[in-house]
Amino acid sequence: MEVPLTWYLVLSGILFSIGAVGVLINRNALVIFMCIELMLNAVNLAFVTFSRQQNSMDGQIFVFFIMTVAAAEAVVGLAIIIALFRNKATINVDDINIMKW
Amino acid sequence: MLNQFGITFLDLIGFVILFPLAGTIINGFLGKRLSKSIVGYVGCAAIGLSFIVALFVLLDLLKLSPEHRVFEKEYFTWIGSGAFRAIAGLQVDPLSVVMILVVTGVGFLIHVYSIGYMHEDKSFYRYFTYLNLFTFSMLILVLANNFLLMFIGWEGVGLCSYLLIGFWFEKKSASAAGMKAFIVNRVGDFGFILAILLIFVTFGTIDFTEVFHAAPEHLQIGSIVAATITLLLFVGAVGKSAQIPLYTWLPDAMEGPTPVSALIHAATMVTAGVYMVVRCNVLYTLSPFTMTVVAVIGGATALFAASIGLVQNDIKRVLAYSTVSQIGYMFLACGLGGFITGVFHLVTHAFFKALLFLGSGSVIHGLGGEQDMRKMGALKKYMPITYITFFIGTLAIAGIPPFAGFFSKDEILLEAYTKGSLFFWGLGAIAALLTAFYMFRLLFMTFHGKSKMTKRVEEHVHESPNSILFPLIVLAVLSVLGGFLGFPTLSVINEFLAPVIGAGHHGLAHGGESHHVSSNLMFSMMGISTGIAIVGIVVAYVMYISRPELPGVIAKRFKGIYNIILNKYFVDEIYDATFVKPTLRASNILWKVVDVKIIDGFVNAVGRLTVLKSEVLRLFQTGLVRNYAFSIMLGGIIIIICSILFL
Repeated sequence: MEVPLTWYLVLSGILFSIGAVGVLINRNALVIFMCIELMLNAVNLAFVTFSRQQNSMDGQIFVFFIMTVAAAEAVVGLAIIIALFRNKATINVDDINIMKW
Repeated sequence: MLNQFGITFLDLIGFVILFPLAGTIINGFLGKRLSKSIVGYVGCAAIGLSFIVALFVLLDLLKLSPEHRVFEKEYFTWIGSGAFRAIAGLQVDPLSVVMILVVTGVGFLIHVYSIGYMHEDKSFYRYFTYLNLFTFSMLILVLANNFLLMFIGWEGVGLCSYLLIGFWFEKKSASAAGMKAFIVNRVGDFGFILAILLIFVTFGTIDFTEVFHAAPEHLQIGSIVAATITLLLFVGAVGKSAQIPLYTWLPDAMEGPTPVSALIHAATMVTAGVYMVVRCNVLYTLSPFTMTVVAVIGGATALFAASIGLVQNDIKRVLAYSTVSQIGYMFLACGLGGFITGVFHLVTHAFFKALLFLGSGSVIHGLGGEQDMRKMGALKKYMPITYITFFIGTLAIAGIPPFAGFFSKDEILLEAYTKGSLFFWGLGAIAALLTAFYMFRLLFMTFHGKSKMTKRVEEHVHESPNSILFPLIVLAVLSVLGGFLGFPTLSVINEFLAPVIGAGHHGLAHGGESHHVSSNLMFSMMGISTGIAIVGIVVAYVMYISRPELPGVIAKRFKGIYNIILNKYFVDEIYDATFVKPTLRASNILWKVVDVKIIDGFVNAVGRLTVLKSEVLRLFQTGLVRNYAFSIMLGGIIIIICSILFL
């Protein structure tokens, strides 16, 4: 039995929302980071779904790009978090507000 | 006529200006590292070589027939914009050759003199850099082939004059005098620029040859355009040559080193105005009105400045007023159509006035900086060579035959009598009387009588070194012989300069320089002017040698007049009250109200507004990542909602 496309899209939407809410309500930088990855992968899922529906490879190629960027982003992001932790001994984003006036 | 002879020295005219420029560059950039003697040699050699080239140029020019003695060397198109073309080039003709010979010849002697005079100075190389730069500019001025290039030289000498007057800028009065000279000259230069513009508008060119060629056909005698052009040019000349009403800067310019006074403020730069008038004689003869103005201003200045010179006590100031007065003579001659006579007096004046200034410098040097004549006296026995040369210079300026000043001044008076009127002759004659008087007063007060020096000065008095005496002696010889250039009836200089005058216009009423004066008149005029000079000398002798108490008595009796003259007719004060103070006051208002309050206020208001606005806006920058993330998300949601609703 074929799983309908809608289901994939709904799953993608749910994953994206979980990620977005996670970014907003979490204080732990690492968790926020993981939530962002979740959002990215939700988008990936949507891309693949549409790619299959449209019978086109474009979407899948995009997915590769997004995964590459996500990997690079993970490197930079983790490095920032480690640097922050070394300086401040915390990764609670509410305690990190040096980037203001 | 170009290049018939292959390469001639005329082609090498550029070297005349290149040598001083090279001297400027070498001394300017390397002078600090070179020893004083090398700096001095470079400075003098630059001018000396230039003088030698100028001499050969003269010889080459003499080989040509008189009517072909114009040579133009064009180098490049300096400005080419639409119809406006300025070609940078040098023009060699009898007039410019006479000028470059005076500038480089007298200039060379003054450079040599400077080595001795400025030897103690710590800015020795700066001095020679300026002096070479001055010579360079002056040569550009006299060799230029168009008005604009001449103006460059004109401004260049003005700049150097400013720099050299304020050479000892630690002294407040010196830097103030420099600024005064610069600002007063601006007034004149303004007229000059307007004249150049008007010439271009009228003739469509600024090239000397073309303008002077076109002028007689283009402009009618007495036309308003001709009068305006020449009057504006004359405004420039009045500023540069220190005539009424712009003469006030020159006496103050004596703050500069004495050789500078001799070179710039006596022999060369201040006569640039005369040169310019003579150069433009074609234009001037087209405007009889301007000619009258020139003559009146010249005559009035000659008399006015001479009268101030009567009572000054600063040795250099007397000479300064004397310079103003003598240049007045030159303008008087030019205004009456005697352009060559004006140039002749320019040349002789360069000799004897440079001599007098250098002599006074020698005195000042010997006395350790003292300039007040009341504290001198009896220097004859301490400084014999300075005395003799100074005496010759004094005789020359007073107009005693056969010294240089006699011939030129006599010729001017003759000119005034024959071409002008008794009025002009009277102006000149009275000025001549005063000249003889104040110059001998200076001589007597300085070199004769009882010593009024302080003990300390008297112990140190000494004759100056050879580098100072050599130029004095050469100039003294020139002051004796220079007058024979213009010996009546067989005047070399008249004949030489004749082609320059009235070139390009044919048969003007009093064109040409031929004197048809009966020899009777000439000799009686000579007798009269010599007599006048002798009267002046005798009066000075009585007042300052045989009865030294007389000046005091006279000063007391005519206290009012004496005070007015002593204070230079309060002209400086009048200018101060009418021009300087109001300008300062207006500037103060502009500064403190318009600039500080209005303009700065506006700018500050904009700044303050930005700050205020930012105070509010910065509250959005919490620095909390989650807030930003929330804003982004909110923005995204809003965009999505909007696109769903409205698309």
